[in-house]
Amino acid sequence: MALDQIFITRKFGPNAEQEMILNMGPQHPSTHGVLNFIVHADGEVMEKAVPEVGYLHRSLEKIGEMVSYAGFMPYSDRVDYLAAMFANEGWALAVEKLLGLEVPPRGQYLRAISCELNRIASHLIALGSTAMDIGAVTPFPYALRERESINDLIEALCGARLTYNYHRIGGVAYDVPPDWTPLCRAWLDHFEKVLDEFDRLISTNEIFLKRLAGLAVIPAAMAIDYGLSGPNLRASGVDFDLRKAHPYGAYPDFQFKAPIGRAYAGLSRGGKVGDCYDRYYCRVLECRESATIVRQALDKLPDGDFINPKAPKKAKPPAGETQSRVESVRGEMAYYVVSDGSERAYRLRVRTGSFTAMGIIEEVSKGLMIADLVALIASLDVVAPEIDR
Amino acid sequence: MAALTFEQIHQKIAAKFGDAIGAAQPPKKDAFCTFAVAKLVEVGRAMKADPDLAFDHLQDVTATDHPKEGLIRVVYHFYSYTHRHGFCAKVELPRAQPEVDTLEGVWKSANWFEREVFDLFGVTFKGHPDLRRIMLPDDWVGFPLRKDYREAGGYQGISNIRDNPLDLYLSLDKACRPEPVAPAEPATPAAPVAPAAPQKGEA
Repeated sequence: MALDQIFITRKFGPNAEQEMILNMGPQHPSTHGVLNFIVHADGEVMEKAVPEVGYLHRSLEKIGEMVSYAGFMPYSDRVDYLAAMFANEGWALAVEKLLGLEVPPRGQYLRAISCELNRIASHLIALGSTAMDIGAVTPFPYALRERESINDLIEALCGARLTYNYHRIGGVAYDVPPDWTPLCRAWLDHFEKVLDEFDRLISTNEIFLKRLAGLAVIPAAMAIDYGLSGPNLRASGVDFDLRKAHPYGAYPDFQFKAPIGRAYAGLSRGGKVGDCYDRYYCRVLECRESATIVRQALDKLPDGDFINPKAPKKAKPPAGETQSRVESVRGEMAYYVVSDGSERAYRLRVRTGSFTAMGIIEEVSKGLMIADLVALIASLDVVAPEIDR
Repeated sequence: MAALTFEQIHQKIAAKFGDAIGAAQPPKKDAFCTFAVAKLVEVGRAMKADPDLAFDHLQDVTATDHPKEGLIRVVYHFYSYTHRHGFCAKVELPRAQPEVDTLEGVWKSANWFEREVFDLFGVTFKGHPDLRRIMLPDDWVGFPLRKDYREAGGYQGISNIRDNPLDLYLSLDKACRPEPVAPAEPATPAAPVAPAAPQKGEA
């Protein structure tokens, strides 16, 4: 027995060196919803943090077997309340695939515009809350202020600010209101400047950089093995974006980049590809890309129908099964739908990015400090309802 | 580095494993094929290792319940980031005792996916390192995504049956409204009452 251990045993008794089990959540402010972690710690260093999920399980997959195809659209909003457009789009794409239904070009463009605005809104929350979880309170209201403008724009488009229910099987619910396009353009002009300001405020802040550089590194092979997707996967250096690899909707028409992790924090600060700062900064860059996509879509917005006039009021697809994949804010969102030829889905399955991102936390948390767990959760940008569905 | 079609991938693994790989189903939208239960892990390992297939990503694991056939089908979606192609395979398990080997040793993402299928369908994954319920409490009875699942009416003495809020509203509405009064008989006009004379000494 080593000398220090003998000292500890004499002073504190034989059970002094057992691991400490700490319960974090489910009502913890930094857990982005209702998450629970059982932290096994030795002092400040974690042996592992085991996520306990399921507090927001609302059995959406079972509900999907009970309601009609069109009737599931408002429920799909609830899969991910910060990025409801993508859940809408994934569901619409899956049913359209089963029905063999085309979406008119204007409908596809409106989908792209609404989705990319939603992506910016959701990323703003992620960026602001990452900063806030680490201790910088100021950036969060700045991010929320910009998100409010997007909410206003989307409210003018579809009447809702959070659960949009905007996409329909065969297109979208409403056309662009008059005078909406110049408003949106004006906001984009303003937003690109705000992003520069945001970078000056927090992204290039030395304390923030040093806090996140080299923290909780996820190498590319590990990210793929655990099924990480979306910005989290790209931050680990894997160049994969469903909008580019398997383009759907209007995305083949747009020029944009899918930013990947490049140790943005700087090697001198200990930055590595796939660390927390890469995951954070990839989202900043994605906001810029989304803004250019919205701009291009507004420029090229074609005339015509926004919803296929042949879209059935009551969808009744032939028997078969399909999977639709969309690049959601939190990674790959895939709807697997089995139809038995009736008016309701026989089986509906949603695969979400947050679920796999939670699965990796137990492995990555080994050896981290307890305070860094908060940074890790924030940088993975998990949203509790998307994990539990 | 070329993406293979479903048929090419199917031919390739069928040539290697023979009978373990079922025939490709006539495609109703998305094609799939069935793997023999006993060979699943072996096929999975080969699909990951073969440089032409290189399925490095287990994209999704889920299940479908078929009470009429007495089967639970576990559905696997594979994807290759290297070649950018995907593949869908199923295994068929008896509904009474669904058991299949875990793929956790091949793809780590199978860990949580299989826990979810275990939780909601009751499929046992043999060799899984941490097979417990993930969404529902550990003492939950039944597997909700099976077709014959019926709610137990509550959990730990907490009923999940609620009164219809509409009934409450209607009863309140009824209580607020005066009872409709039956039309009274035409009474004889009452005699005019003389106003009471002010009593003396009050003013």
